Amino acid sequence: MSKVNAILQGTLNWVDERFPLTSNWKAHLSEYYAPKNFNFWYFFGSLAMLVLVIQIVTGIFLTMHFKPDASLNASGVPVAFASVEYIMRDVPWGWLIRYMHSTGASAFFIVVYMHMFRGMLYGSYRKPRELIWIFGMVIFLCLMAEAFFGYLLPWGQMSFWGAQVIVNLFSAIPLIGPDLSIWLRGDYVVGDATLNRFFAFHVIAVPLVLLGLVAAHILALHEVGSNNPDGVEIKKKKDANGIPLDGIPFHPYYSVKDIVGVVVFLMVFSVIVFFMPEFGGYFLEYNNFFPADPLVTPPHIAPVWYFTPYYSILRAVTYPLFGIDAKFWGVVAMGASTLIIALLPWLDRSPVKSIRYRGPLYKGFLAAFIVSFFILGYLGMLGPTPMRTLVAQICSVIYFAFFLLMPIYSSLDKCQPEPDRVTSK
Amino acid sequence: MSCDDTVDCGRRRLLVATAAAGGVAGVAVAVPFVASMLPSERAKAAGAPVEVDISKLAPGEMMTVEWRGKPVWIINRTKEQLESLAKIGEKLADPKSEKNMQPAYAKNETRSIKPEILVAVGICTHLGCSPTEKFKTGAESGIEADWPGGFFCPCHGSTFDLAGRVYKSKPAPDNLEIPPHMYLGDAKLVIGEDKKA
Repeated sequence: MSKVNAILQGTLNWVDERFPLTSNWKAHLSEYYAPKNFNFWYFFGSLAMLVLVIQIVTGIFLTMHFKPDASLNASGVPVAFASVEYIMRDVPWGWLIRYMHSTGASAFFIVVYMHMFRGMLYGSYRKPRELIWIFGMVIFLCLMAEAFFGYLLPWGQMSFWGAQVIVNLFSAIPLIGPDLSIWLRGDYVVGDATLNRFFAFHVIAVPLVLLGLVAAHILALHEVGSNNPDGVEIKKKKDANGIPLDGIPFHPYYSVKDIVGVVVFLMVFSVIVFFMPEFGGYFLEYNNFFPADPLVTPPHIAPVWYFTPYYSILRAVTYPLFGIDAKFWGVVAMGASTLIIALLPWLDRSPVKSIRYRGPLYKGFLAAFIVSFFILGYLGMLGPTPMRTLVAQICSVIYFAFFLLMPIYSSLDKCQPEPDRVTSK
Repeated sequence: MSCDDTVDCGRRRLLVATAAAGGVAGVAVAVPFVASMLPSERAKAAGAPVEVDISKLAPGEMMTVEWRGKPVWIINRTKEQLESLAKIGEKLADPKSEKNMQPAYAKNETRSIKPEILVAVGICTHLGCSPTEKFKTGAESGIEADWPGGFFCPCHGSTFDLAGRVYKSKPAPDNLEIPPHMYLGDAKLVIGEDKKA
């Protein structure tokens, strides 16, 4: 046994002289000291990485059978649509790989929304973690782009009309808009050229950027250290060896904790993949089981659930302003609703980070924000009526008020004093 | 930049000039990549005009043809429908079709060459969905009690009248586009071309 150990140690030494393996293992895992009071909300960062891996692996196998081709085959069905049906029916286990990928898309947004909400609860975006938050927001935007590009590929009715609507958003930009949307589509309508380039963006361009950003997100995190549910800096109290008193090594403590999260997540994930992959039309929309028809918009079109809050905000803007169409301002409002989240580190003026020590003002605004986010998400799945538009307008105002009034209410709020050290037993 | 013993200003200038030239070359290389995403010659050539026979289109009926991959509606409007067009002017955003969404020969009350036949691109000017026909009038249409018939966009709720004119305070900014078109005889319509034959 000791001989085997000696060989292994020798191999490791050989590698370490040529590549910083042990030092990186220590810096990022065995000697990365994370606060000891992480709770439920801290599962979602590692789960997001797990889903990223699931999406990349299943995606690679799907590209082996998928054909990004909008032309009609001998039976009059678009080749891309038919190739997805082929994956579902004829490729061995193809249905499983595709359902893992389609469920993974929704799962990605669930874990990322939870991860972002965690950051809001505990003020994880505050100094010195602004760049982590910015990288995270860019990851979120890439994820939305990735989901949007991927959604066109099955070339169903919702794929086609969803892409038609989103690409036309760019045509609302004054002057360059119409030419810009033609450039994005590569044609005057969403067509074969659009399908091919969206495939390229979906399988290589955006994933490469995404991987780079995830690396930057984690490097920035490990530079400044993790926040925690109390929002106090564990690096302020260190022992004689310079190790934070409230810190524990990520590995094995949090690697083991995260495995528990992974197991529970995979149980839920598997139930959806095997028993309800369409999830009642929320994960895979019913209209997308019809091949794309450029002449007929389905009577009810709605984006997939993770886009609906922003889609509601887009629809809520019905007034022209400064002589420019309501359409343009709708697009601006939708863009602003996602980008404004990135400004949180500078909008929040509270003396404390964590929700545990914040006052009633912030808690009230946060509750109103979450409620209106859910209402907007719900309304975005429904067809528009005057009453629903009015509700969406009220919720959009609350959504933006949460951010724009934050410098005022977060500094006026009556906060409780933060503890010196984390409060877990 | 100060020139002293440690900085050779001649070399520094050479470095700046080289980097600038390299930067210009880098930007220039981006041009073919960006341009490669424009519509190809084949896509440009695909926009040929379409000929349609409308002899079988009865009053009150609508047909859809494809032109440049877009739906083009041809509607044979009834007398009552035509009369309704004049009454709803104040509800519309651009009742007189002043924005340039139609050829000059369709800039009139009915937005058409022949009063009863409307030819319009069935693509909502908001975000490109294809609106649904709502020809039933009144509350039966599900839109409003005094609905005179028209189109409803399922995506964002814009409404259009039977001349493709958009209602006020809706997300769509403009009336529906009237494509260039002309008649070759009484019942033969060409969409996509309007040369005086």
